[in-house]
Amino acid sequence: MTIPTNSDSTRTEGGVNAQLLPSPVPVQLIDHHGEAHSDARYALPDPQALLAGYARLISGRRINDQANALVRQGRLAVYPSSHGQEACQVSAALVLQSQDWLFPTYRDTVAVITRGVDPLEVFTLLRGDWHSGYDPYELHVAPQATPLATQLLHAVGVAHAAKLRGEDTVVLALCGDGATSEGDFHEALNFAAVFHVPVVFFVQNNEYAISVPLKNQSVAPSLAHKAIGYGMPGERVDGNDLAALLSVLGAAVDSARSGGGPALIEAHTYRMQAHTNADDATRYRPAEDVDKWIPKDPISRLRTYLRGLSLLDEAAEEQFAADAEAVAAAIRAGLNADVEVDPQELFAHVYTQQTAQLQEQADLLRDELSREAVQS
Amino acid sequence: MTQISERAAAPVEAPARPADPSAAESSATGQPAATAVTFAKALNTALADAMAADDSVLMFGEDVGPLGGVFRITDGLTARFGPGRCFDTPLAEAGIMGMAVGMAMNGMRPVVEMQFDAFAYPAFEQVVSHVAKLPNRTKGRVLLPMVIRIPYAGGIGGVEHHCDSSESYYAHTPGLTVLAPATVRDAYLMLREAIASPDPVVFLEPKKLYWSKEVVDLGELRRSFEDGSAPQTIGSAVVARSGTDATLIAYGPSVPTAMAAAAAAAEEGRSLEVIDVRSLVPFDDETVCASVRRTGRAVVIAETPGFASVAAEIVARVQERCFHSLAAPVRRVTGFDIPYPAPKLEHHFLPSVDRILDTVDELQWEDGQ
Repeated sequence: MTIPTNSDSTRTEGGVNAQLLPSPVPVQLIDHHGEAHSDARYALPDPQALLAGYARLISGRRINDQANALVRQGRLAVYPSSHGQEACQVSAALVLQSQDWLFPTYRDTVAVITRGVDPLEVFTLLRGDWHSGYDPYELHVAPQATPLATQLLHAVGVAHAAKLRGEDTVVLALCGDGATSEGDFHEALNFAAVFHVPVVFFVQNNEYAISVPLKNQSVAPSLAHKAIGYGMPGERVDGNDLAALLSVLGAAVDSARSGGGPALIEAHTYRMQAHTNADDATRYRPAEDVDKWIPKDPISRLRTYLRGLSLLDEAAEEQFAADAEAVAAAIRAGLNADVEVDPQELFAHVYTQQTAQLQEQADLLRDELSREAVQS
Repeated sequence: MTQISERAAAPVEAPARPADPSAAESSATGQPAATAVTFAKALNTALADAMAADDSVLMFGEDVGPLGGVFRITDGLTARFGPGRCFDTPLAEAGIMGMAVGMAMNGMRPVVEMQFDAFAYPAFEQVVSHVAKLPNRTKGRVLLPMVIRIPYAGGIGGVEHHCDSSESYYAHTPGLTVLAPATVRDAYLMLREAIASPDPVVFLEPKKLYWSKEVVDLGELRRSFEDGSAPQTIGSAVVARSGTDATLIAYGPSVPTAMAAAAAAAEEGRSLEVIDVRSLVPFDDETVCASVRRTGRAVVIAETPGFASVAAEIVARVQERCFHSLAAPVRRVTGFDIPYPAPKLEHHFLPSVDRILDTVDELQWEDGQ
């Protein structure tokens, strides 16, 4: 992707700047048979980087499976799984440097954990102890967003502040295909382009917004094509191809860091499971549609590719599986332990200085609880 | 829109407030420094002083750059501080608000202008779901020191979407500080305090008071704020006029109306106290209730439609806390429960001196005390 150096160059006499248009088909560097293909613009990542990424895919898949199991056991209230989307999750975290920011949604738990956030702090949200459990400043990860597309504007603001201070921070903001219909998606892309700030908008197009298929969200040629309307480059990438994702996202992040402005990346992937455990996907899509995506799985193609290069053997596979199991075991152990929640904390963070009214209400609750304790 | 601002430029009687004795002359020059200053100039000076004192203070919104805002509140800021500190945005209020959230997350103190009360509604989701909740969501790890300036309320002959009293939407949302100054002095001090606050503030500027004047010394106000000697305004109501027979409780654009009603009542031999609430959230129960306990009667005055409003909340709070001191039910004089009227009809809608005095007359004076 060639990225213009400033927003003025995106306007051309009598037409559009074709450099802003995405690839006619999603960029793919390793196909679902595990075969590599060269691309004129995007280089295949270093094999060792792919091997390290593969280990993260194995771990991500295990985290998705473990979280689903914990919902069935009543330890998590709900889990929006990214099963099948692990390549998007892993690449979103791996292309960033420490000073960069990640803005995740509720489905991006694996991306947040891959960035390095303690899984138990991430699951605070879905266990129900508090709305967000980790310190966003520690690893520059915003709280997982539940409303759609609203966080994209926050990402623009973080990037804008960094740019005003002359920092080389890049912000990667995640959303899904459904969120591209929201007004805040439009406003975020427009603001990012007008202020020429370093944000990479990364849309995981998994074809469904709960029950509604993409064709009912948009009739644009692709979601990546929307970028040209804002004067920023758009690109489409196979969302189950970790190699292509690392290369395409990496190029966009590098460009943003060097002053090239924002970009919109659309990853074509598929939500293999229901929206959440509370959803029944059989009501709106046939099982055959899901089956078509099984051969396109992000893990199997990379395994075939790495085995072909003799970079991956049984011993390494066993090691990666054991590492993933250790992560899952720590999550199980942590979530099976009951955590004391402090009712007084309900009032502690609404304002930095406690108001008289909230102090009264906190006292009321404390009094109620102390009387209950005496009775029991 | 400039037409509206010209309408608003019609002179409005400034709420009388005892002048600060220290305003008589400037200590720096020895020259008289207290001059007649408009509400708008006080806000403009507060913004400039805050930006001069702290590089992280930014001002942005629609037409706030070279134009200086449709009400000229940001006049001269881009020229003085540069387009990186005070700038125009694309015309999208959710975008302005959401970007401000991100900037506040990342070390800045953004001040945003919503051009008119009703133009703030596209940003409502950002305000309710993030501005108000993000600090709580993160257990205070993320603070949002940002100010949302909203020219608000009517009385300027404006069109339908330029006159809303929208304070109740914000006051109902936990996590927001909601301020509504009524005097030139408070315009300056409260905006400085809002910008300095670690919590997000909705700062409601009564449009009809923009060109009201008061004799103040802005240099002295600046010094008193910056050396910490100015009394805190957030969470603090103030007795705007002392009286003994009944308490008028008002804020923002209704304060001058309440002051005029109290002056008229005095001529009829009735002594009314006026409380300027000025900080809707946090609310100063203590000052309001102390007054009502002294007088035994209260009328709450606000432009907002009364149903489920800040005015309704004040009535409930006073009644809950002062029941045994009350000689009559607490009454309300508010706007009717209708959409904001067209210019030729708005005077029927707005609380007036006559309607306030009629309501005071109905406070069961014949029943004793």
